[in-house]
Formats: sequence, C-alpha cells, structure tokens
Amino acid sequence: MKPVKVECKNIALAYGKTQVLKDISLAIEPGEFFALLGPSGSGKSTLLRLIAGFNFAQSGEITVDGSDIARVPPWQRNIGMVFQNYALWPHMTVEKNVAFGLEERKLPRAETARKVNDILALVGLTDYAQRRPNQLSGGQQQRVALARTLAIEPTVLLLDEPLSNLDAKLRVQMRQELKSLQRRLGITTIFVTHDQEEALTTCDRIAVMNEGVIQQIGTPIELFDAPANRFVANFVGTINFVEGKIEHAQNSATFVSSLLGTIQLPASTASHWSTGAALALRPHTISICERALPASVASGEAIRLEGRIVEREFLGEFVRYRVDAGGTELIVDQSHLPDGEIFTAGQNVTLGIAKNALRLVS
Amino acid sequence: MNNSARQFSILQALVALSIALFLLTFLIVPVINVIYIAFSDGNGGLTLSHFGAFFGISLMQESFVNSLIVALASVFFASMIALPLAYLTIRFEFRGALLIQTLGVLPLIMPPFVGAVAMQLIFGRSGSVNLLLNDWFGFSIPLMEGLTGVVFVESLHYFPFILLNLTVALNNIDSAMEESAQNLGAHGLRLFRRIVFPLAMPGYVAGASLVFIKVFDDLGTPLVLNVTNMLAPQAYLRITSVGLEDPIGYVISVIMVGFSLFALWLSARVLKGKDYSTTQRGGSSLSRRRLSAWQSTLAYGWIAMLLLLVLSPHIGIVLLSLSKVWSFSVLPDAYTLEHYKTVLVDSPRMIVNTLLYCGLAALLDVILGTAIAYLILRTKVPGREALDFMASTALAIPGIVLAIGYLRTFKGITLPGSDDPVTTLWIMIAIAYAVRRLPYALRSCMAALQQVSVSLEEAAENLGATKARTIQRVVVPLMAGGILAGFVTSFITAAVELSATIMLATTQSDAPMSYGIYLYMQSIAGRGPGAALGVLAVVIVALGTYFSHRIISSRASQTGVHARLE
Repeated sequence: MKPVKVECKNIALAYGKTQVLKDISLAIEPGEFFALLGPSGSGKSTLLRLIAGFNFAQSGEITVDGSDIARVPPWQRNIGMVFQNYALWPHMTVEKNVAFGLEERKLPRAETARKVNDILALVGLTDYAQRRPNQLSGGQQQRVALARTLAIEPTVLLLDEPLSNLDAKLRVQMRQELKSLQRRLGITTIFVTHDQEEALTTCDRIAVMNEGVIQQIGTPIELFDAPANRFVANFVGTINFVEGKIEHAQNSATFVSSLLGTIQLPASTASHWSTGAALALRPHTISICERALPASVASGEAIRLEGRIVEREFLGEFVRYRVDAGGTELIVDQSHLPDGEIFTAGQNVTLGIAKNALRLVS
Repeated sequence: MNNSARQFSILQALVALSIALFLLTFLIVPVINVIYIAFSDGNGGLTLSHFGAFFGISLMQESFVNSLIVALASVFFASMIALPLAYLTIRFEFRGALLIQTLGVLPLIMPPFVGAVAMQLIFGRSGSVNLLLNDWFGFSIPLMEGLTGVVFVESLHYFPFILLNLTVALNNIDSAMEESAQNLGAHGLRLFRRIVFPLAMPGYVAGASLVFIKVFDDLGTPLVLNVTNMLAPQAYLRITSVGLEDPIGYVISVIMVGFSLFALWLSARVLKGKDYSTTQRGGSSLSRRRLSAWQSTLAYGWIAMLLLLVLSPHIGIVLLSLSKVWSFSVLPDAYTLEHYKTVLVDSPRMIVNTLLYCGLAALLDVILGTAIAYLILRTKVPGREALDFMASTALAIPGIVLAIGYLRTFKGITLPGSDDPVTTLWIMIAIAYAVRRLPYALRSCMAALQQVSVSLEEAAENLGATKARTIQRVVVPLMAGGILAGFVTSFITAAVELSATIMLATTQSDAPMSYGIYLYMQSIAGRGPGAALGVLAVVIVALGTYFSHRIISSRASQTGVHARLE
C-alpha cells in the first residue's frame, strides 16, 4: 500500500470554556514516524483521538492524502489506533481479537485466518493464539494490540502512549521493535508520548505540544540543538537558562547578563528578539576543571567562570554537578571515565562555556 | 516470638471452630436433615418414593410447573424493565439518571407481599385501574389474577436486582473497548452485540439468577395473593396443615434448594474467569450520546410510566392505611388515622420485636462476617475456605426450608429447667434471620477488608502494635464503613422477611412486624391496620436504606483516598 500524507490545518477544539487545542497545523509526510510530545494535558492525545474520529474539532480540517475526513465515522476511516491500555477485549481469545477488524470487513474466512496467522507470526505470538488477554504479560498484550491494529492494514497507524504500561527494560526493547516494524511496513505513524527519550530515539520528526499549542516541530536533533523557546528547551533534555537583556545598537546587538557579562550577538539572529530573553546552554556543553588550571584552557571562544560545587549526582555515564557561579546555579554534566576526576561538594572549580553552544530563547 | 505467633493462631483456630459449630448447628445440620427426610423411607434406608409420590399428585405437578413458569416469566419481565433503563443511564446524557436510580431503590424498600395487597386494590379485578377502564372503555385487564398477578408483583419488585448489576457491569466497560472496535470498523448494533453485550453479560446473569431464586422461593407474595398452586405455598400448607411428618413438604424443600443451587451454579459458571471490569486508572466509561428531542420524550415517557407502576404499591399502601373504607371505588371513600392508632396500641410489641430480632441478627452477621473475612483473607487457619463455603450456601436455602429444618431438627428439645421447646423461642427467629443474611454481610465485610492494604497492617505491626491491637486500631476502623453497610443490609432485609417468620413465630407476642402484616391482611377488616403496619415497616427500611447508601458513598470516597495511597 502506498503511504499517505496526513495534514491538520488550523484545528481548534474546546470543552466548554477550556481550549484544548489552539490553531494546530502540521503536516506528516507519507511513511513518516511522527511524534506528538508533551506533558499531560498538552492536548496531544486529544489531537490523536481527533484523527481517529473520536472527537470533533470546532474548526479546522484534517486531511488524509488531501481529502477531508471530518465526515467519515471512525469505523470507516481505516486509521488504526493502538490504545494506551491496549483495550483488548477480555471475552475474546488473542486470535479473535486480531480477527475482529477483518471480520468486520467481511473478509472470507480462509483469508481472515491466513492474515491472522501472518500477523501473529510477525509479532511473534503464534503460540498464544488461543490465550485470553488476561493470560498474557504486559509486553505480549502490547503486541496483540499492535497485531490487531495492523491486521486491518490501516493507512495511518496511531499509537497512544503504547509503551507507558511496560517496565523500563521492556520499553526500550519494544520501542526498537516498533521502529523496525514501522520501517518495514512503511506506514505513516503518529506516536503520542510524554517521554522525550522515547520520542527522540524512535521518531523522524517531533511536534512538541504544550497547553494545546504546538511549540515546535522538528527532527530530534533540531529540537535538542535549537529549541524554539524555553518550554521546548526544558522539555527536551536538561538545560540551563541565563537570564539577561538584549541591547540593540546600530547594526549590532548584545546580550547583557550579570553572569556572563556582555556577549556580542550576530545582528541577523538578534534583530527579531525583544529585549527580554535568556541564553540556554546544555549541561554537557560546559566544561569543568580545577581552579588552578592555566588561563590558556579557557581562552578564545570560551567564557571562563569561577564556581563552587553545591551538589553531585553520580549517574554512571556521567556526573551531574550543581555549581554555584556567582549566585547563579548551573547544571554541569561531566562524562565519566574510569579514573576520571570527580569533584566534591564545596570544592572550587572553573567552568568553561563555549560561545557557539549558547542559544538565545524567548 | 515464635511462641506468641502460635498462641495467636490457636485463638484463630478457636474462633474458626466456634463459627463452624454455629453454622453446622443452625444451617448445615437442619438443611441436611430436611434433605435426608425427603429421601428417607422411615426405617433408616433411602428411597425415591417420596419424590414419586410428589410427582404423582397432580396439584404438585401443577405447582412445580407454575413455580418454574412464574420464576422464568418474572426474570423475563424484570429484564424487559431493567435492560432499557440500564442502557439509557449508561449510554446517554440524560437528566433522568437520578430518576432511574430512585426507580432502582424504591421497589426494594417494600416487601413484595405488602405491595401485593395494595396492587390488588389498584390493579385487581375491582381495583382503581379496572374500575376506570370499565367506566371509560367498558373492559378490564385481569392483571392480578392468579399466576399473572404473582409475576406482575414479583417483576416490579425484583427488577432492581438486574438493573443494579447491569448498570455496574456497563459502567465498568472502558470506553477504549468500544472505541477500539469502532477503530477496527465496527459500529451500531454489531458493535453492541459483539463487544458491549458480551462484556455486560456477567452482570446481567448475576442479577437475573438472583431474581430467579428470589421469586422461586418467595412464599409471602403467592400467599397474600391467594395463589396456592405453587411450590413454596404448598410446602407451607403441607407442613402447617398435614404436619411436620408429611414427607411432601420435605420433597418440595429439596426441589427448591436444588433449583436455587442450580441457578447459583449456572451463574457462577457463566461468571467464572470473567471479571470483565475493564476501566483502568485514567480510563473512562462508555461515551455518552445526546438524546434527540423525540428520543428523550420517549425515554421520559417510558420512565414516567415505570415510575408510576413502581410507585403504585407505595401509593396504594399509604392510601389503604389511611382509608376508612376502600372497596369497589377508585379512591378510598373516607380517610382516617384510626389504623395507625390500632397498630400502635394493639401491637407496639411487633415493632419492638422487629427491632430486636433484626438488630440481633444483623449484629451477629457482622461479627461472623468480619471474623470469617479476616480468617480467610489474613490467616492460614486450616478449613477457613469451608467457613466461607458454609456461610455462602445459605444463599441457596429458602427461608421456609431453613424454618422447616429448625422445626424438625430441634423438635422435642427443651430448655433445661422448662418445658418450652426451643423451637418456640423468639431467638430462633433471630438466628434464622442471621443465617439467611450472612452471605450478604460476609460479602460486604470481605470487600471492606480487601480494600485495606496489607501494608497498612504491616506498618502498624512495624511500629509495635500486636496483631490484636492492629485489628482493633487499624483493620476494624478502616472496615467500619463496610461493616456498617453489612449491618444495615442485614437489618433491612430481615425486617421484611416472611417465609421463615411465618413458620417460626408461634405466639402473637413473639411476632415481628412482617408476620403481623400478614396476619392483619388475612381479614378485610385487618387490611387497614395491616397497611399501617406495612407503612411503618417501609419507613424503617427506607431509613435504613438511606443510611446505608450514605455509608457506602462515603466509603467510596475513602476508597478513593486509598487508591491514591497505593
């Protein structure tokens, strides 16, 4: 089947006075693995249910391959959805659950049986066909839910927090399986999650949502390296904000903060910022070393700061410090190597901040 | 340490043993006795000849068939009333939900045999409705004649059992169950048939089997309606007129127990492994639709008609209790408070007796219920499952069978130092009440204890409380709502129980209200005072029901806190 394009144009939805979705527009390319990422209450599940046909938007339109689906009832959309709690019917066996959609489509019995077998083999559950859902583990139930949805060969696959009910190890395994399955089938897939790691690792592109508004759409790398605003910067990964002011002069602009002093901004990037802004910097872009190091280390494009370790968390791959730098607290991650240097609380240190790692956010 | 642990388990064993002795004496032995006599040839051998004799009597064949027909027909009509109501509340956004909830409780607060008299005055051959029909259209509907009358009264009385069970079952279906089916291409009737109906089925079966048992075993309603060609009235008539030696009474008892067991077994079989409640944390119930204008007119019309029907015994009994004369007229000819005075002057004893017997029975129930629940859920005392099983068998024992068992088993036994046989003691009535209500009280206590997380007890023990102190300070307070609900349920259902009472109440002074109502209703002159007593009973039951609802709903909010703690 040819992959389809899904588009949402200016969608708004409110429950009473609560505006749940505000002017949502996005385009999901054919065959793309797309994530809706946001905290609970951000409207991401509502948007997904809208695409499945379980909600009605007050305005805007949703198109699949160019045609508006507003008037198509859920049972005629052929947009498969995997529910967060799987929604497996307890009164049916695995086989019956998977066969359901095919039976509704009045497929000949033999063909249904063949397809059910194929799809159960695809998710590795052939031996469990006669079990009831409550006799399966969480991961197996997840696969049945996926198999049941894939069986109808949907044009679009919707996944509503499909991994949230699994334990940590299984979650990592299932997200890899999901990704390779999606690649193999080439089906346009929309994945709702509140877990940024899940979204970053599995999806081609991500729409970050908050309070019913899309904050930014981009590839995982774009979101991480160039967050559009504080919310995205904070939600995707860990971040430090340095508060300050933009001062515009003729043909140039500077960012003035008590911590970093005055930093020259490229005129092109600074022109559309208002005066209230902040610089964002990721903890792993800050280098940390003992105070006594020669100044040459911090010369050139780096800014040098004196600080004192407030607290230390050992996370295995890296060590996370909270450092007090002249009254501003910064999070600093230092990758950890065997025999690597580890600082203790109260120790005085020198921080190095590379100017090209700084991002201006509103 | 080890020593004290064993000491406590000896105490547990003693408690278990006393409960077992009580249940054996007042439930198992009497019932086995009844069964034994039905199969005994009188010389120590076993025989089927009594059953042969039973089926040889044409009246018995007729009674057997009638009882089956009435029970099945009542299930059918009760379903016809309950199914649309349940579906309406769950499926649609609809202001009548409160009305339907009221509908679901109203019939339960009036015992069917009390309502039956009032129904006769309203729907009987010369009742209000038929008088009006005759005046206006020149025809009448024989709604209260014979078996039809019994089915009519029983369906209206027992449909709430189906309504309540079905509503809960439908409420427990997660909306995702339905949405996933729509997502895969199902909708409308097919969706209902393949997903919603099978998921709600266990709830329906549970309710329907309960209705079947209740109707099959009911003695009061047919007696009051003067329908004697059914099994329960025949057992009663046989034992009271032919005598305690007549084997036919025992054969009928065995048949009634058999059918009750069969219905319970059937529902257990259907329910086995089918806890379909699928709502999960964060999930929601089935989505509701808005009714269109004509649909809501239809719905309200249907509900209004039902409400009127359901309320008719209540209205009738109040009118009857206030009427000087009421016969061959649409409404009473004159009103009076005389009947209340009669009842309060003549038989205040009956009211006191009801409070005493039912209070005692309910107290006994919650003590036994709490103890059994604790033994089962928290200890490893051998044989604890048997206690649960024994207590639960009472569900299948009709009141009249238990009473016959008592009369037979304790026959000739007198209290030391007196000539009074124990079977004439009022305490036997209270015990019979307690045994019959025990299954409900036990479920209530079990549910309450299951809500108490073991970790709460462990926390108390960890902080230095002994097992006994933990039970006293943590377990019982947390169970209090459930225990209280169990108490009230036992109390109000015992207050209107007639079938065991009618056999065991030997003197007027020992009679509780339910028996008093029955006695009064035997004569035309007594109907007024009987109705007045009925109104008083309904008031007591209604108050009890109201308070138990309050308790249960406040318990539900506590459980909410508990769920968050978990």
